[in-house]
Amino acid sequence: MSTTTVAHHEEHHDHPAGIMRWLTTTNHKDIGTMYLTFSLIMFFVGGSMILAIRAELFQPGLQLLNPEFFNQLIGVHALVMIFAALMPAATGFANWMIPLQIGAPDMALPRLNNWGFWLLPPSAILLTLPFTLALFGIGDGALATGWTFYPPLSVQGGIGVDFAIFAVHLLGISSVLGSINIIVTLFNMRAPGMTLMKMPMFAWGWLITAFLLIATIPVLAGAVTMLLTDRHFGTHFFDAAGGGDPIMFQHLFWFFGHPEVYILLLPVWGFIPQILETFSRKPMYGYKAQVYSLWAIGALAVVVWAHHFFTAGMPVPALLYFMYSTMAISLPLAVLFFCWIKTMWKGSMSFETPMLFAVGWIILFGIGGLTGLVLADVAADAQYHNSYFVVAHFHYTLFAGGIMGIMAGTYYWLPKMTGHMYSEKLGKLHFWLTAISFNLTFIPQFFLGLAGMPRRIPDYALQFAEFNMISSIAAFVLGFSQLLFVYNIVSCARGGKKATDQVWEGAKGLEWTLPSPPPYHSFTEQPTVK
Amino acid sequence: MATHSNNHYYVPHGSVYPAVISAGLLTLASGFIFTVATDKSKDLAYLQAPGKWMMYIGAAIIIGMVFKWMGTIITESITGQFKHWEDKSFRIGMIVFICSEIAFFAAFFGALFYMRILSVPDLAGFDPLFTPYKDFLGAWPSAGPGGTVLGVEYHPGKLEPMGAWGLPAINTMLLLTSGATITWAHWALIKNNRNQLIAGMLLTVLLGIAFLVCQSFEYHEAYTEMGLTLGSGAYGATFFMLTGFHGFHVTLGTIMLIVILIRCMKGHFTPEHHFGFEGVAWYWHFVDVVWLGLFIFVYWL
Repeated sequence: MSTTTVAHHEEHHDHPAGIMRWLTTTNHKDIGTMYLTFSLIMFFVGGSMILAIRAELFQPGLQLLNPEFFNQLIGVHALVMIFAALMPAATGFANWMIPLQIGAPDMALPRLNNWGFWLLPPSAILLTLPFTLALFGIGDGALATGWTFYPPLSVQGGIGVDFAIFAVHLLGISSVLGSINIIVTLFNMRAPGMTLMKMPMFAWGWLITAFLLIATIPVLAGAVTMLLTDRHFGTHFFDAAGGGDPIMFQHLFWFFGHPEVYILLLPVWGFIPQILETFSRKPMYGYKAQVYSLWAIGALAVVVWAHHFFTAGMPVPALLYFMYSTMAISLPLAVLFFCWIKTMWKGSMSFETPMLFAVGWIILFGIGGLTGLVLADVAADAQYHNSYFVVAHFHYTLFAGGIMGIMAGTYYWLPKMTGHMYSEKLGKLHFWLTAISFNLTFIPQFFLGLAGMPRRIPDYALQFAEFNMISSIAAFVLGFSQLLFVYNIVSCARGGKKATDQVWEGAKGLEWTLPSPPPYHSFTEQPTVK
Repeated sequence: MATHSNNHYYVPHGSVYPAVISAGLLTLASGFIFTVATDKSKDLAYLQAPGKWMMYIGAAIIIGMVFKWMGTIITESITGQFKHWEDKSFRIGMIVFICSEIAFFAAFFGALFYMRILSVPDLAGFDPLFTPYKDFLGAWPSAGPGGTVLGVEYHPGKLEPMGAWGLPAINTMLLLTSGATITWAHWALIKNNRNQLIAGMLLTVLLGIAFLVCQSFEYHEAYTEMGLTLGSGAYGATFFMLTGFHGFHVTLGTIMLIVILIRCMKGHFTPEHHFGFEGVAWYWHFVDVVWLGLFIFVYWL
């Protein structure tokens, strides 16, 4: 990928203006922009829900929210953040960057691509409508089961569960369509000369993500369909009286749910090494080792699901199998960590905002990974299960490992997308505020969990008061510092210093050979990769 | 990869169909929810009647848009927009889509195996002194031990399982034969033999319809004479969900086959260029293979 010849020419293309441009578009950049914008909006929707929860948890006792509403907030916060904030952000980057990175004219199936996006607003409506109605005193509100829909609670639950089931169906269709598109694009649209083992790491991360989505999202669709028929059509999938088993739902759900963690993280593991090599000004270390590790993690992801419910009851051999297979994931992940660090080793590093986020990401995601190793231990998990330790652990992986990674990618590619440089000063301020308040929010929760505070409960014992207070204050700082992120993005889109084609001194790859912003149709003639 | 460096990939113009289909799905889903459910305080109960209409309208929007969308693609195809490169995209896309369908059926097969091997025997295996299910033997087929479900007493009726060697065996023959006739039609297409192609497609469509007719007889018999319903515990739930989703796929496949039959009669396909035909044929074979799984694990064993 060292030398590239690029031949592209501006081509005038008429597309409708205004709302019809966005409704009907088949352009991968338009669709990517819609995904990213949707994701940013839903990030704030989900974030404001959790601020309400942290306000309630500021002090022991019930102050602001009744427990039913608290439960709804918790479930909808998770569903919104996972399905409507994090996944669309990764898909948005895929749409924007994969065609540019592999020298393709567009995504392979552009209309399908548009459909993939336009399924999201209806599912966001289904997810938040019962909740919004309840705020005005109509109906019972959203699902109050947590995002995991466990029966029998979800079978007994109100109409909000039905809304969530169909929201999940639409989101699932959207993810499957997006995955089909990405797999086809990567297999069929690469520039001549770009073999699979010359693909950018981001493309690799997404290829494996797409395979995981194809294998697991339909299983979730099946599981929630069984839930729907149990609720309304008299089946007994999750009911012992009919020979079923509520724990079967946990198996089906986590068969999707655990790979989902890697679905959220693999795209980030793709572009973080690219950011590291750019700002270390030396080639990525261990490209092949990273690709093979991503495959190993993708394969292990689908065979470890039951570690999410060790305490629900299963035979000892099953406990042992799921413990050891889960711990085995740390081996390829350790290879990745080693490669990321070695990429920076003896590089001429500089610390622009994307690099700050990337380096901070390695450390914080490392904490998330190591605490996961603790939870994978069956004996230890009996103590930590369903405690705030788990909450802190998965926020280190999904907020630090997921969202802070997405922020690194945003700052990295924003100049390429908009053609302007963002304010470096504000970007750095955003990073430090986010990193510090994030740690202050979640480190106390590790201690709360170790001391035995259960998750998903609106009240707690007095001994937990101080740590909860710290966590709540920091959560508000964390939430409000994200306004800086929005300000930065909006002001960058509206103007600022012109970005060069290469943007970053050490940036390599096809996307940096195009002008910033790239023309509406990027590679009408494919470049040749040598 | 090097072959298409001078080619232009066809990037279609914008289209409103995807967004309208999504709106149709939202209408269908919310109509369905209002029809089957309501909230505890009955604030939303007045939506029950309009809910039905929302379902019809949503479904009509989806069907209409799918036909228009497919019509656009057919027009693009016969005006020669799709060359080898685009064709390859469709092929990979179809394979991946069928893989996702396999994963969907895997969830229900998984539920069947889980209940049959784990949960039903476990319910019969409690300590006899403490078990709440005293006379439950846990043999398959099972409708479960009975008990209270959401405050309502559930008594499993006497269960008569669906035998494999009646209608289901005939259905197996019908589907396997249809797999052969569609391949026969494909050979004809490659040899450019129009008459054999249309005869093969017509036979395939008829066999598909015959399968659906047999299945509706089977369901009717199950409900009216055998006491086997969706609510018949583990066996009833897995039986009807698995065969029901399969039947739904056969219905879709038959509609697709009819469209392809019409396109064959109009002469849309050439021996070199006929992905539309092959895509539907792949889908039909997939439906066929799922049926074999059903026949073995649901009916026979």
